[in-house]
Order: sequence, then structure tokens, then C-alpha cells
Amino acid sequence: MPGMTITEKILAKHSGKDRVTPGENVWVDVDVLMTHDVCGPGTIGIFHENFGRDAKVWDRDRVVIIPDHYIFTADEKCHRNVQILRDFVKEQNLRYYYDPAFVKATGMPSPYLDPANTSYKGVCHKALPEEGHVRPGEILLGTDSHTCTAGAFGQFATGVGNTDAAFTLGTGKTWLKVPATMKFIFHGEIPAYLTAKDLILAVIGKIGVDGATYRTMYFAGDGINSLTLEDRMTLTNMAIEAGGKNGICDVDEKTLQYVRKRSTRPQWEVYREDKDAQYHSVYEWDLATLKPMVAKPNSPDNTDTAENCREMKLDQAYIGSCTGGKITDMIFAASILKGNKVKIPTYIVPGSTEVHSDMRRLNLRGVPKDKNEKSIEEVLRDAGCILGPSGCAACLGGPKDTFGRLNEPINCISTTNRNFPGRMGHKKAGVFLASPLTVAASALTGYVTDPRDFVTQRIETGMAGVL
Amino acid sequence: MQSVIKGKAYVLGDNIDTDQIIPAQYLAYNPSDPAERKYFGMYANSGVPDAQAGLPKGNIPFVAKDQFHSQYSIIVGGKNFGCGSSREHAPLALAEAGVQCVLAEFYARIFFRNSVNGGYLVPIETAQRLVDKVQTGDELEVRIDEGHVLNLTRNERYDIRPLGDVVPIIKAGGVFAYARAQGMLK
Repeated sequence: MPGMTITEKILAKHSGKDRVTPGENVWVDVDVLMTHDVCGPGTIGIFHENFGRDAKVWDRDRVVIIPDHYIFTADEKCHRNVQILRDFVKEQNLRYYYDPAFVKATGMPSPYLDPANTSYKGVCHKALPEEGHVRPGEILLGTDSHTCTAGAFGQFATGVGNTDAAFTLGTGKTWLKVPATMKFIFHGEIPAYLTAKDLILAVIGKIGVDGATYRTMYFAGDGINSLTLEDRMTLTNMAIEAGGKNGICDVDEKTLQYVRKRSTRPQWEVYREDKDAQYHSVYEWDLATLKPMVAKPNSPDNTDTAENCREMKLDQAYIGSCTGGKITDMIFAASILKGNKVKIPTYIVPGSTEVHSDMRRLNLRGVPKDKNEKSIEEVLRDAGCILGPSGCAACLGGPKDTFGRLNEPINCISTTNRNFPGRMGHKKAGVFLASPLTVAASALTGYVTDPRDFVTQRIETGMAGVL
Repeated sequence: MQSVIKGKAYVLGDNIDTDQIIPAQYLAYNPSDPAERKYFGMYANSGVPDAQAGLPKGNIPFVAKDQFHSQYSIIVGGKNFGCGSSREHAPLALAEAGVQCVLAEFYARIFFRNSVNGGYLVPIETAQRLVDKVQTGDELEVRIDEGHVLNLTRNERYDIRPLGDVVPIIKAGGVFAYARAQGMLK
């Protein structure tokens, strides 16, 4: 019998079987279920409707609720939705809930004053590992398509709808069709002018927005080992943009160092692919030959090199989201923006309050700054960037008063994940997806710009985003 | 599940993502509140660019202004229907507007799963591309058990693919009903 992939091993273990094969339907035990303010209220409604008003969730320590989508808005329905989460947390006595305490019933909430001292965490996919809910070998479900981000830590993580989430809330189980695995091997060390965003855009450009539908995307090779964990998260985060069920990376010392420090549970299992594991397909790239990439409007697979798009004029730049709002993304951008002035409005949204806190605490090398050094936040502000509070913000448009939202038919270059029509607000706005390096370079010129014009040496990020 | 679904077709293109089916700004409505749930019908397909709304002509609103229901109960799509976010609001919005089934070449995974597990609509795969054959407003008769669609307006017949593994869940009306019928839930 042929060997198994990492994903097959995780699903076999969680379904109580010795082995599973792609295409097989299995019932699995879920380790962690996450929901947020947009899908939480619907999930809670379906849970109560089907299990009863007095029903209890299957395990109060395995449900994680992270409000992050519509926080900084005056829309009272959004405030009400946060209140529904609070009521449910209280009713169920849930252990892991990250409250935006500043959200009251009316008006635009005043953001947290100190990001290092607030119960609010920001974007769920960034907060999940930070707060210790992500571990190798586990199954994580979330009511959000970018739940696949956590696959960077060697676990099976995927997005589900409200009904599936409600079913798991009551039973701890879900059914899954075992996906076949596509293997993407990257050779060599990542060059200074690339980030993982360029890698994943190259992959999506190659296979298309439906190229991994129903399948696992496994990112492997010494090129992946050369990436920081945060950059690996950028890869797995966008697996969904190729239709993937999950994205996954090997576990190495970087993973273990992070998880040992953060995990709320002391144990986990590390799975490795068998030598004779079966793959749906295998693709290989040499990182030295890859160029900075963009995805032009209106699809993540409408890719081109940044240098081929130099004539494209831009109206706005945006750096944020679970995809491109991590502390290393901020260091990448700040390294280019340092000492320069942006030519177009440039919005910065930290992916989490920890990221925001680190932007104040760390210097451009990712280490705690000296008294006389500028913080990452100061560098960005000096360059003329407009900084907003942590959250999903304009990545998915959201209510009209959302920070950075495209309310006019303009062109924006963004470190976010999706650029279908209307994604960031206006139906006729054009969104270019790119790495934080490319977005920062473009912010300085007002045109799509190849970051190789600015990056002269390796950008060190130290232990930023790890410790 | 009805084995025959009859109604007017509304034709869309490839890669219709969930932001086009229900734009994010409307996700503030709570689908568990009946008074708010109906607004998902009002805004269904409102994110589709005007030129692609109701092919081949375009510029055909799916739901008339200030209405909660659509006159179209069958959506015809191309490849990768329902890609993008995991929002269950997408099949829910189509169902609230009155859609009973979608005919597409294939579906994004989460949209398909949400449609089936939530019991909102039947996501049917077509054997050939129908986007170029069916026009918005055509009268269709989808015969699920017989495996084909009749276009009553054009007097044409198109094959559809078997629903496969998910038939028991669709027939039960969703994953909760299925689990109860199987004795998994009380």
C-alpha cells in the first residue's frame, strides 16, 4: 500500500482509522472551532435551533471566539453582533474570547489606547497562533475561508459555513472528504526582493483560482524552510484563493519554537509525509528565478510581474489583513518607506494588536528599539502613511465607514488576499494584490513598482513575530 | 428535495465569488433573525458588475429595486461558482431570493458544502457549459432524477451530472436532518 501525506495522516488519526485515501468521506473529531462577529451570530442561531436553547457546546475549552471583522464602524447592527457573541460566551462559560471592550451600543468605537493592554486581539487568523490555539497535527475549523492560514504550523485547518460550525459546536465532529494533495516544492533561499506573497501569486497564476479545488496545497522544499513562520502563513493563507481545502507546511524547529512558547495545551503530534506518499501533482520552482508578482484586477490568478505593470497608475495603497498585516510585513514595508514620502494615500492596518504593539516596540531590524531609534510605527508615520487600529478593515470592504475602504472607483495596490469585483468596497474599484515590498515601492511612486528598484540588501526581521 | 425544479434562468459567468453574491457590507444582518434574514434576498447578486448581471445582455437586476424576491429561481453559472469566502450568507441569500438550484460547471468547495449542509439549494453540475447556451429569462425544467435540464424556451436538452455522495444529505434537507435520520443526533 502506498504511503500517506501529512494531511491524510492527520485525517486518519482524527477519524480513528489506520489510513484514509483521497475521495473517501470520513467523520473526524475537531480539536478547535473558531468563529467571529460576522459568522458567529448565524452559527449561534443554528446551534440553538438544533440543539436547544439550553444546549451546551461540546467542549468549552475548544471553542475560540475572536471578533475582528466589523469593529470600527458606527453600524449598530455590528455592535449588536458583538453583543450576541458576548452573551453566548457568558451563557456557555467559554474560556477563550477576545472582547473589543470599547465597542458600546452606539457610535464609532474609540480604538484601544495601548495595543499591548487590551483584551481585543484583531484578525482571527493572526490571533489564533498568537494566543496559542494552533498546534501541529490538529484539526482546526473556522467560519472563515482564511482559516487555512494555520496550516503553516503543520495542522489541518479549513474554513466552514455557519451550519457546519453549529454542528461541530454541538457534537465536536464534522464530515470531510479526504483531499488529494498537490505538492509545491520551492528550491533555494528566498531573495531579499521577494516575500511569500510573490510565491503564492506565482502558484495561483500558474494553476488558477480553481486549480486546487477540493485539494490540499502542500508547500515544501528548502525554499519554504528558509521562510519565517509569518511568511509561511502568507502561503497557506492564500491556498483558498486557488480553491484549496487546506494549505500545509512541514513542521521544523521554527514551528516548534513558536508553538512551545504559545500553545494553551502542552502536547501535539508532528506528522511527516511518507517517502512513497501519493500526490495529485507536483510543481517545482527555483526561488532565484522568481520575480516580484502582482495580481491585476479582478482575479487573484490574473498575475503578471511587477515590472510588466509599471505604467499602471494607482490612487491608493493598503498594507494590512491576515495576509499582509503581520509584523514582518510591516518591517518589509517600512524598510522601503524609511526616509521617503508616499505619493498616494497609504493605509496601514496591523493584523493584530500584538502586531500593533510590536510596531511600537521594535526597530526596523525586528529587535526592541533603543531610546534613540525610531519604531516601525514612527517610520511609517514619518513616510506619510495613515495608521488605523487592528482588524479586518478594508480587506473585505465592510460597512461604508470602514477604515481604508474603497468608496470610489479607484485603483488600489494592496497586501490583502482577494481582488474580485467589489472586494474592497466599490464594484468598479480595481485592486492589485502584491507583496508588502511591492506595495511600499508603489506607494512611493504612485505606479506599480518593482521593489528591486529599492531593495539593496537582505531585510532582517530578527525574532519579530515569534517571541 | 423536489425532483423537478421549474423556473426562469438567471445567467452569470465564471468565478462568481461570494462577495458578488452577497457583498460584505450586508453581512451585518443576522441571518438567525427572520426580520433581518429577508434582506439577504434583497441584496442577492447585488455585487455582480452590471455588465455581467444577467447574461448575455447584462444590466438585468437579479432582484427588482426594493423587492425581497427574484423572478429567477434557477441560476446558471460557469466554472468555480461561489469561490472566495466561507460565508454561508451566499447560498442563504440566493435561497431567500427564491433560488432553488444552481446549474454550474463546478463549484468552489465551501459554497457547495454550505448549500448542501444548510439545505438552501441544490448545487448541480452540468455536463457541458451552459452559460453560452441559456439566456437570462429562459424557462428551464431541471429533472434531477432523470439527469437532464429542458430549456422550454429554446427547445433544448442538457445533461447534468449525478449529485453523488451528497444525495442523502440533500434529500434529508441538510446535515442536521440527515444526522437525526441516521441516529447521530437526538
